[in-house]
Amino acid sequence: MMDVTTQKPSSLQDLARSQTSTPTATKILVENVDFYYSAFHALKTINIVIPDRQVTALIGPSGCGKSTFLRTLNRMNDLIDGTKLTGKISLDGEDLYDKRVDVVDLRKRVGMVFQKPNPFPMSIYDNIAYGPRIHGLTNRKKLNEIVERTLRGSALWEEVKDKLKASAFALSGGQQQRLCIARTLAVEPEVILMDEPCSALDPNSTFRIEQLMEDLKKDYTIVIVTHNMQQAARVSQRTGFFLRGEMKEFGDTDQIFTSPKQKDTEDYVSGKFG
Amino acid sequence: MADRAPSVPSTSAPLLAATAPPPRVSKSTSAPSRIPPASSLARFGDKIYGAVTFLASLSIFIIILWLLYQLTGASLPAIHKFGWSFITKSDWNEETNSFHALPFIFGTLYSSLIALVLSVPISIGAAIFLSELAPRWIRTPATFLIELLAAIPSVVYGLWGIFILIPFLKLYVFQPVIQPHVPIYHRHLVHSVIRVGHSHLPFSYNHFDTTHIPLAQVKGIGFLFTGQSAGYSMLAAGMILAIMVTPFITAVTRDILRAIPRSQREGSYALGATQWETIKQVVIPYAKSGIIGAVILGLGRALGETMAVTMVIGNQSPSTPSGVSLSLFDSGYTMSSVLANKFNEAIPGLNLAALVEIALVLFGVTVFVNIVARLLVFYTAKDVHGGK
Repeated sequence: MMDVTTQKPSSLQDLARSQTSTPTATKILVENVDFYYSAFHALKTINIVIPDRQVTALIGPSGCGKSTFLRTLNRMNDLIDGTKLTGKISLDGEDLYDKRVDVVDLRKRVGMVFQKPNPFPMSIYDNIAYGPRIHGLTNRKKLNEIVERTLRGSALWEEVKDKLKASAFALSGGQQQRLCIARTLAVEPEVILMDEPCSALDPNSTFRIEQLMEDLKKDYTIVIVTHNMQQAARVSQRTGFFLRGEMKEFGDTDQIFTSPKQKDTEDYVSGKFG
Repeated sequence: MADRAPSVPSTSAPLLAATAPPPRVSKSTSAPSRIPPASSLARFGDKIYGAVTFLASLSIFIIILWLLYQLTGASLPAIHKFGWSFITKSDWNEETNSFHALPFIFGTLYSSLIALVLSVPISIGAAIFLSELAPRWIRTPATFLIELLAAIPSVVYGLWGIFILIPFLKLYVFQPVIQPHVPIYHRHLVHSVIRVGHSHLPFSYNHFDTTHIPLAQVKGIGFLFTGQSAGYSMLAAGMILAIMVTPFITAVTRDILRAIPRSQREGSYALGATQWETIKQVVIPYAKSGIIGAVILGLGRALGETMAVTMVIGNQSPSTPSGVSLSLFDSGYTMSSVLANKFNEAIPGLNLAALVEIALVLFGVTVFVNIVARLLVFYTAKDVHGGK
């Protein structure tokens, strides 16, 4: 695989090196990003290197900006009035906020799984076929293949293979969330953003989704926001700690949880606040 | 028993004994009740509250049943005399004491149907624009204006219908269609139309006498354009009703669209859907049952509307043998406008009973439509949300 970081100016290489212990390809590069909701300064000078085909976890107390940051990566914040972003975010070296970038195309490459399962008001099958269909696929046979492959990929196939025509609302919360992951996989993204994907789920469903992430990271770059520090420790290779709109520390997950460099990080991961 | 009653506060009593007066003990009762007396008062309050609200809701049932009872009682003579023919025949004659209501029932349903056909697409379009597309600075004033439209009294719409809509329809719609010789076009223009018309147009302009009705002869749609061109017509009534129900349907639909969770839209955008795809395939299906409910609300208003319709519909059953005509240009009569027009001069007896029976039928039609609507909303909601 081509190492994208080698094409970057040396300062960025330094940044990449300072945040990771093992050299990997960079998927998303975030440089000096500031973000505003109208007058509120939500993100302050964020710099992160998100490695390819690994799980990157973002932790921090409520309101620290980690979800806001996640949503800048697929420009979901564009939908909110009065938001402004400065700095640069690039995906495989392309500036995401360039005027020429087609947001629709970007969101196809950077998929997202939300905090609460949000299946569409249609059948299980149609939920998954929705993405491929809006991107122009009508071939029934190919759609069938995608539905089966993604449902297997999200470990839901065995449970729903006999009721694909049933409404997605009839599934349990954990099943709905796995359906939403399958739906995201169906458009074949390169990056999957997960915004507290397990916070509305019971421990068993959480466990299954964590297993799933372990499988998915072979093919996808995953960025997950989580309130659950054990979860971050279990699933991720890199962890970023956010506090009051700043990224306090970013590094290998082991290092963040065992020997954090910052006092704030140590206090948070040891449960002193948050 | 009496000395065991204060057993609850007794644990704290030694601590307080030195400084505080002994804990106040309620009037010792025979039962060692642990519930403070205030609570039983509160329970009594609960009972009163429950009873009052129960009576309030009961009163609605009582009013409806009482209304039904009175209407049925007062219309019994007509029911006995005419039976089912009251709603299947069309003759209404005070002199021969023969009363049948088919044209009025039809008029009510048909004018409301026209109103819905005209208003539903506009309302849903407007609601989508206001909730999904409009920039914020348009959203608020436009929403306010629409709600304002809903607050205008119907007699004002009626006056507007008489002085603006009907002259307009007469001059620019009915006469050009029914009587192409009327000089709102120049002759030579009409002639040039004729020449083209002979070979290409589906209808012909080659006769100028008033009895000739070109559009009325077009297969498939001709039945909509027969009749007179007086201006007072089913179309005018339908248009007035459409204008009156549009704000209702728009406002309710807009609220329903606003209430759709943001996660639904974001879920769609996150898959790379465009705004139109999101609206068409996620937002509207999610709101389907609510939109049907909004349309039914509009239909309910259209069915019962009296004043504005009476002012523009012509108040005359079509001259067809059945007293029923699908023509948009014909005059018509609705149940509510019959009541408004004829009740004052009704002769006590069979005539009055027949009018009350019309009220009863109108009541029945409204209830029926509402029940169908409820079922429709229920089953669509079930369909969409998988029984949850």
